Amino acid sequence: MTPLLEPAAKAPAFIVCDGNEAAAWAVALARVEMVAVYPITPQSSLVEYLAKLVADGTLDAEIVDAEGEHSVLSVLQGAALAGARTYTATCGPGLAFMFEPYLRQPGLRLPMVMSLVTRDTLTPQSVWGGHQDAMSVREVGWIQMYCETVQEVLDTVIMGYRIAEHRDVMLPVNVCHDGNYLSFGATRVDLPAQSDVDAFLGKPNVNWHAALDPARPMAVDPLTGGAGGPGPRTFVKYRKGHCAGMQNALAVITEAHADWARHTGRQHAPLVERYRMDDALLALVTIGSMTGAGKDAIDAARERGIPIGLVKVKTYRPFPTEAIVGALAGVRAVGVVDRSVSFGWNCGPLYQDVAGALGRAGRQVPSMSFIGGLAGADLTTDHFGGVVERVRQLAKDGRSGPTVWINEND
Amino acid sequence: MHEIRIHGRGGQGAVLAGSILATAFVGEGKHVVAVPSFGFERRGAPVASYVRVDDRPIRQMTNIYRPDCILCIDPTVARAVNIFDGVAEGAVLVQTTARELTELQLPDRVTCVGLCDAVAIALAIFRRPITNTIMLGAFAKTTGLVSLASLRMALEQSDFRDAGLRQNLDALAAGFERTVVHRLLHEAAA
Amino acid sequence: MKKQAYPFFDTTGVPDDLCPIAVRPNPMLPGEWRSMKPVVDRAKCVKCAVCWVYCPVQCVVEKPAWFDIDYTTCKGCGICATECPHRAIAMVEEAA
Repeated sequence: MTPLLEPAAKAPAFIVCDGNEAAAWAVALARVEMVAVYPITPQSSLVEYLAKLVADGTLDAEIVDAEGEHSVLSVLQGAALAGARTYTATCGPGLAFMFEPYLRQPGLRLPMVMSLVTRDTLTPQSVWGGHQDAMSVREVGWIQMYCETVQEVLDTVIMGYRIAEHRDVMLPVNVCHDGNYLSFGATRVDLPAQSDVDAFLGKPNVNWHAALDPARPMAVDPLTGGAGGPGPRTFVKYRKGHCAGMQNALAVITEAHADWARHTGRQHAPLVERYRMDDALLALVTIGSMTGAGKDAIDAARERGIPIGLVKVKTYRPFPTEAIVGALAGVRAVGVVDRSVSFGWNCGPLYQDVAGALGRAGRQVPSMSFIGGLAGADLTTDHFGGVVERVRQLAKDGRSGPTVWINEND
Repeated sequence: MHEIRIHGRGGQGAVLAGSILATAFVGEGKHVVAVPSFGFERRGAPVASYVRVDDRPIRQMTNIYRPDCILCIDPTVARAVNIFDGVAEGAVLVQTTARELTELQLPDRVTCVGLCDAVAIALAIFRRPITNTIMLGAFAKTTGLVSLASLRMALEQSDFRDAGLRQNLDALAAGFERTVVHRLLHEAAA
Repeated sequence: MKKQAYPFFDTTGVPDDLCPIAVRPNPMLPGEWRSMKPVVDRAKCVKCAVCWVYCPVQCVVEKPAWFDIDYTTCKGCGICATECPHRAIAMVEEAA
């Protein structure tokens, strides 16, 4: 029951904090009812902030200190089926340990928000940021969004509940923020008013479709499929329903961002952001916090007369194929910068999706994959300057080139 | 835009210094990004923290490679890492040391130096060599980029309470008062 | 007619392609595919309740002077016959 206190109404109007703390504040403002936690670098301070907000009454939630991430998400699934708005955060090996319930969550169409403080996956041994962990689970069926700034982390965790709990979506949301650069990068963050967040989100409505309630028994997730009887068509029905939810999410995400802007004055690009693309003949595609340095490099290139722009992907799953193809409509060469690796293709995963989208739209554009920022390596304006030069060369050559590993000689 | 690189050792509060400084700058209406570096956290390991401050919004969330200010809160870490790597022309160094200016080896690009024996002050106030808040006072005195009042407000908004807060406020003031600022004139480079 | 203590979850308004759920119980009962069935000898039964404790589907029913089997749910696993310390239960072939 909503308490008479308005805990997060005591929140200050702005704070100076890092992405982990911003996410914790978002959880408090969203009136999450249960959080389950297990620490994992570089997320650990996030769950510590959650514990602190619960302890001082700002976040009125049950906090479960599970023995491992597998239990973390399992506990939250039980809570969601009992009607709770839930949250957790993890990354890297924590996400790996969570994989079984992680597979179950979207199949049950259980809404929740989970922050991924993206980290490069384990081996070679690494504790620093990359996108390998999030990219490795892109096929599981969660919605995935990537944040560019610390402010966007706070805003997107809150928006995530609106998107996840929407009747046309009913899917769990991963809000990804880069390990170290966003998780520990501190800057000024404006906190929205609790009344605005309440009006924006409304009450949780997460188990109207499936509930663990002894007074209204049902079977949740019975054996489905097989080759005989109604199995095949039943299974297809659920998979198609899931895909429909994902496609509906594109419009719901866009509308949620527009409504958030009405409440707070902050309009983040919902699917992709076009930066100086109006008259661009060349384009970079970026994802995550690397975009800041990328935009600075675009400005520097523009000052030298290079007609280049940047397209940032915020919503990665569902992949906004129309928005990407539209954004790249007039360009003669594209460089896609990934912070992870797709081993099957020897390129970056975002590159694969962009190339696929362009190909399906019948656009033959020379394109190249750039992989950088792995295991916490920095992607600076200098690095982006090198990418710009390579994409200029690509436009002259007219042929797609091999993958470039940006930090190879650092 | 100013690019400040803070050097220290794990356990001295170099990263916390970056975020207190960021809070102080925000209090003065500036745009700030403070990014730390981290690894396997242990006391004594060299750490760095990167603070960018500007009147306009800062977009890049990256480390700093051409700092115009080096804030070094440990007296010996310069032996383990090159704290002057990439330092810009006309840079400022704020250094904790018991030595005299003439005993230090500094690159020509550094033209202003603030020295403070923060370890001695820290041992007197905290009985431990935690130099971060003292060196924030030294930073304010040497660079004038942020006021002591803003740093005090930032400390009051931090998690320090009661005796710990008082000690840190004293440390901040002591660092400010007992820093000696030297402006260096070098022969013009060939 | 079986009595239902609680009504099933109401799926009105829930799209059928959302979450895999079921609110119609399968009408087939476990007792329907039994090949051997346990028969209790009332004279030998002393109500020690070992069969009641061991039955994996809790189909042993307590009567005033003995323990009987509920054949709608009994699947004929034979554990009760194996465990009865007084050999009061025999497994008998189910009639065709």
